[in-house]
Amino acid sequence: MPQISQLAATYSSQVFWMLVIFGAVFFLVGRGMAPRVIETMEGRDQKIAADLAAAEAARRAADAEDEAWRTQANKQRGEAQALIAAAKAEAAKAAEVRLGAAGGEAEARVAEAEARIAAARDGALAEIETVAADAAADIAARVAGLTVAADAARAAVKDVLHG
Amino acid sequence: MGFSRVATEAKVDPMHQFTIEPLFGTDHWSIAGFNVAFTNSALWMLISAVVLYAFMLGGMKRELVPGRWQMMVESMTGFIEDMLRANVGKEGRKYLPYVFSLFMFILFANLLGLLPLGLVGIHPFTFTSHFTATGVLAILSFSIVLVVGFWKHGFHFFSLFVPHGTPLPMIPLIFVIELVSFLVRPFSLGLRLFVAMMAGHVLLEVLSSFVIGGANAGAFFMGLVSIPSFILMVAICALEILVAGIQAYVFALLTSLYINDAEHLH
Repeated sequence: MPQISQLAATYSSQVFWMLVIFGAVFFLVGRGMAPRVIETMEGRDQKIAADLAAAEAARRAADAEDEAWRTQANKQRGEAQALIAAAKAEAAKAAEVRLGAAGGEAEARVAEAEARIAAARDGALAEIETVAADAAADIAARVAGLTVAADAARAAVKDVLHG
Repeated sequence: MGFSRVATEAKVDPMHQFTIEPLFGTDHWSIAGFNVAFTNSALWMLISAVVLYAFMLGGMKRELVPGRWQMMVESMTGFIEDMLRANVGKEGRKYLPYVFSLFMFILFANLLGLLPLGLVGIHPFTFTSHFTATGVLAILSFSIVLVVGFWKHGFHFFSLFVPHGTPLPMIPLIFVIELVSFLVRPFSLGLRLFVAMMAGHVLLEVLSSFVIGGANAGAFFMGLVSIPSFILMVAICALEILVAGIQAYVFALLTSLYINDAEHLH
């Protein structure tokens, strides 16, 4: 077993080189490099955490924006509907007024027309009476040779016509 | 010098792979009378360190969206960081450099030692199969526990050896038992890694000697011994890769548990 049989001759060399080389490893690798690798890893973890936090904040902001937009839209929709309702009511009122006015005018024209018709009828009746009286006087003169006064003939015709 | 060449005695010596040999004629280098020859063991420590450094370079791109390599490095550091946070808490952060270096260095050493580089004539040396090497790491971990414990808690650190709610007459006995179990920690830490790595490598070497021996003894023994041994070797290689990871993990995990004791007592 060389570990034991060579012990006396080699222990000092082994210990010396072990200390030298492990010391170099400790200072170069252990103290020089390992902490910086750890640092890199921690920097990355922090960056990821910060990015996640930023993303979360952005999401919250977007949600708030969306909510605000939604309320705004609802409000505007309400306003628009109120506006439409007001316009409808106004239009209805105006139509009513115009209809009322138009109706009144029509009635007036109808009444006027009726009045004209009545007048025309009255005129026509008067005409008929006159014609009938003339005709009656004429007939009486021709048939009986009687001369009937125009007023008497008219009164007689009136009696017959109006019963 | 005591560098014995055992390999020449037997055809396939399963222990030969653990032999330490000085390289590049450095066997007379010494500091204050202690031999510090640059051996194959030191070479593989250096290779592990360089490969680890190269691996970590891929993690230094520091991109926001990591590539595959950066992802691998980050999963390794993240793994050790999680382990420290789970076992030590937020104070575990300052031990990350040490525990990470420990884990990765042992892991790379174990894995590089398993590479089949013998096929191209390079013989990987697994220095974690030497208790001298693992012992240094274990003693380092244990020293950190002692220094942190006494630094933070002073003599109050000894209360670690008296669990809460111990009846008064039992305190001396429990104290001794806990003290012994505490002092055994560096040994168990270093020996566990050394034994696990050595056992796996010896097993592979023994099985490979069966494969070669069976093949040399003719077609019948090749069918009877070599082929089953070879199939078993493939399976054990997979197991050894697992063990390489597990032992590195266990070493780092126990170190962080011991550090937790030093930080928080009980």
